[in-house]
Amino acid sequence: MSIGEDLPRIDGPIKVTGAARYTADLRAADMLYGVLVTASIPAGRVTGIEKGEALAEAGVVRVLTHEDMPRAQNTIAGPPFAHSFLPLQSDEIRHEGQPIALVLAETLEAAEAAARKLKVRYVSATAKFPVAMTWSEIDRVALAPKNSGYYFFEPEFSKGNATQSLALAQKRIGAVYSQPSRHHNPMEPSAVLALWEGDTLTVYDSTQHVFAVQQGLAALFAIPVASVRVISQHTGGAFGVKGLIWPHEALAALAARIAALPVRIALSRANMYSFLGYQPRIVQKIGLGADKKGALAAITHDVVNLTTTTDDFIEFATEASKSLYATPTMWLRQRAERANVAMPTAMRAPVEGPGLWALESAMDELAVDLGIDPLHLRLANYAETDPATGATWSSKKLREAYEEGARLFGWRDRTHSPQRDGDWIVGQGMASCLMGTFRFPSRAQLRLRRDGTAVIETGTQDIGTGVLTIFSQIAAGVLGLPTNMIALNMGDTTLPEAGPTYGSSSTMGVGAAVLAAATEVRDKLAWLANLPPKEVTMAEGRIGRTGAREKFSIADAMEQAGESEIVGGGSFDPTQHGVGYSMRTFGAVFVEVGVDPELGLLRLRRVVGSYSVGRVVNPRTARAQLLGGIIWGWGMAAMEQSAFEPSLGRFLSKNLAGVAIPVNADIPSDITVHFVDEVDEKASPIGGKGVGELGATGVAAAVANAVFHAIGRRVRDLPITPEKLVPHSMRPKGWRRLFCGRHA
Amino acid sequence: VRDYPVLSQAILKSASAQLRNLATIGGNPFQKTRCAYFRAEESLPCNKRDPGSGCSALNGINDRHAIFGWSDACVATQPSDPATALAALDAVFVTSHKEGERRIKAADLHTLPGNMPHIENTLRHGELIVGIELPGAAPHSAYLKLRERESYEYAIVSAAVVLDLDGDRISRARIALGSVAHKPWRLARAERSLVGVSANNNAAIRNIIDASFGDARPLTHNAYKIVLAKNATERAIRLAARASS
Repeated sequence: MSIGEDLPRIDGPIKVTGAARYTADLRAADMLYGVLVTASIPAGRVTGIEKGEALAEAGVVRVLTHEDMPRAQNTIAGPPFAHSFLPLQSDEIRHEGQPIALVLAETLEAAEAAARKLKVRYVSATAKFPVAMTWSEIDRVALAPKNSGYYFFEPEFSKGNATQSLALAQKRIGAVYSQPSRHHNPMEPSAVLALWEGDTLTVYDSTQHVFAVQQGLAALFAIPVASVRVISQHTGGAFGVKGLIWPHEALAALAARIAALPVRIALSRANMYSFLGYQPRIVQKIGLGADKKGALAAITHDVVNLTTTTDDFIEFATEASKSLYATPTMWLRQRAERANVAMPTAMRAPVEGPGLWALESAMDELAVDLGIDPLHLRLANYAETDPATGATWSSKKLREAYEEGARLFGWRDRTHSPQRDGDWIVGQGMASCLMGTFRFPSRAQLRLRRDGTAVIETGTQDIGTGVLTIFSQIAAGVLGLPTNMIALNMGDTTLPEAGPTYGSSSTMGVGAAVLAAATEVRDKLAWLANLPPKEVTMAEGRIGRTGAREKFSIADAMEQAGESEIVGGGSFDPTQHGVGYSMRTFGAVFVEVGVDPELGLLRLRRVVGSYSVGRVVNPRTARAQLLGGIIWGWGMAAMEQSAFEPSLGRFLSKNLAGVAIPVNADIPSDITVHFVDEVDEKASPIGGKGVGELGATGVAAAVANAVFHAIGRRVRDLPITPEKLVPHSMRPKGWRRLFCGRHA
Repeated sequence: VRDYPVLSQAILKSASAQLRNLATIGGNPFQKTRCAYFRAEESLPCNKRDPGSGCSALNGINDRHAIFGWSDACVATQPSDPATALAALDAVFVTSHKEGERRIKAADLHTLPGNMPHIENTLRHGELIVGIELPGAAPHSAYLKLRERESYEYAIVSAAVVLDLDGDRISRARIALGSVAHKPWRLARAERSLVGVSANNNAAIRNIIDASFGDARPLTHNAYKIVLAKNATERAIRLAARASS
């Protein structure tokens, strides 16, 4: 098995049978169960916590509040912490759902029962809530962001005089697009188990980055990084919500310290909605100026997202406009709407995900206005180089992605008027897909033993994306071994340091390190067999000069040299690879929807996603990633929203009963995932780029564009739920303004 | 169930296959409302959970709440699909109790909230459902369920329609709407007016439906449900007229 082959996931059986162990499956001797009690008011102070009844509950060991907790040894500021505020360090309440006490008990049941018996007294302060969702309201409260470590691009960017070009353009589109806050909802709620041996801390964690947790907790306790070990065998989905350190991770370590016993905190689904991150409400105003043939003269893109009162998390939707089209002028701005809410964080797909919802909707509006094919408009504005910087692309085959996707979908055969299928009106829409390329330094080690088995060692973690399979596959290709002879040892800070599992980065970074480690092993084996390293091939447990008949078995070569094991190390350093190029992944998504406007129904009928992502290491796992992304995008388009309740200052439903996400019945079997033939050796020695997030981009716009094609109604506010599809004339006056109360 | 398409469709559109295989037809009509305030992980003001604490949904987020029969004390809806179909079928719930057996018409099973929304039905303490009786077959019947996702989701609005036809003329109509009130909501006025009307006379049917929504009262965010409920009723009448088991 080697790169490019269609290998099924090697971790499939252990996950389907339940043999894979997740953090909440783990127990330590004498472990205490921690349950967090959260604030029921959005702003103010805790003035007293009556613990008596809770402590009387059988099995309850401690109830920790801000009065009991040791103070952090260092200020928490910026990543790897998810926000610069650690709960239970003072009496201050900054948002509803903020942890204010931690109950420790010998059983989970006792801890939960006691948590309900705590009597908390508060003094409320005036809370700031999300404003009504109109551009004038949002624009009024929006502020230039201040950087406390939670944004990574420039909040304002301009090229040429976009305002003037827009004003002078022959065709202009100006519209506001909005989307509600949405939570990640991984199948596994976050969990952590912390235990101390003397001054050494071991943490088992559900995380996307064990090394970040290690460094953050070491700083929190002012102990050497080497005194903290973080282990994550498997993480049950993450999508961004496990990328940074959230309060429960720090609080478990603090509690274990003062209780002098291991502490495990497994969050409830409600906890996930109370104090973990989410994609915040985003409102975007787009201006497009073009000539009569559709050549863009200007893009303006003004974005405001919800964030906390203290840290500005900025969702850089403007990156889409900065990177997709060859416009001579652009003006981009990001601002923050501050409120007493929990801290937002990156969610699949951040940045271009929301950005393309607005930009690709606006491009469709422009195409309609010009009376030209939406795909033609995209091709007419194709960016041969990076539109913001002028840099050369490391590789870009978006034109091929458009053409091959259009052919697979039958885009150019679509009728101008929508078709009917019984009561359904069938519409088609398309959008571009775009994602930034994030690369992180990574190291890996590979051990080859005399018996022809090997083990890959790298600290990075498995969050369910398929890396276990593709790392094995990459090594197997070099060493000529079947993948079942290659074991993986991962998810542990005692192993070689490797990057986070976010930003669609693992294949490029860790994959390249594994490739290098396997290559070094092969080189060393070649030396042992007296063969020139550059000229050998390994296959079926043997090594030989490429093309030659004579081959040596791994066992013989190692035995003759007296070696029981060959160890190779490999690394990937993004500063040494492909510097100076602009790197992105690209694609096009074509969708067909059915709309039954009288009944407010919208259903997905078929999809073609066509992608330019460099070399595909494993078509099966890559397809699964993009398919998952498309479904994720359908959820964004058609149903997902976390409604903010303004009178209570909280997300109303903190459960999956009150927040709809797609189910199997929503997903048609007719979804095609297509990859353009491409190798991007500048991005990574693997030749591939990321696939984790790209599939989720573009989908919402393509769906809204298809709805417009079907029924002639332009929906600019996600999700496209029944109340937005039933005929407008039936709505009472003032309906829209009132309905916006739900939307935050 | 073969003779009652409205009921089999309602059951098949309930919950998920796994839940349906464990649940009972006697239990389903008694499930609690889906009101997000009622279902919150901590106790929010709710007269169902804590009588006298107030109704958070009345002036809160109420886009999925009642358009018929609500009170200031409660705007929640009864979410059961089978209960709606059973109401349209004029089914009878047979109960057992130490003080004797009763027969309760499906339409009388649930109560409106009034000022005691924590009382949701007419069963006495200790009274058990031991049977559900269905009247004669209902071949011209249909259940239409509207929701933003295709499965494993409660209705925003549902419509159960049972017709007796004489040629293409409606000789009897029974209509119950689900997820619009604290109980399955019979459109009694439309049922009377539809008698003698051709099932193909869309304009007349539309007028009759519109007239029977005179007592619908929208909340802050759910006026669209009135439109959906009317359209669903119209569509379900068409489906029922075309259905034959």
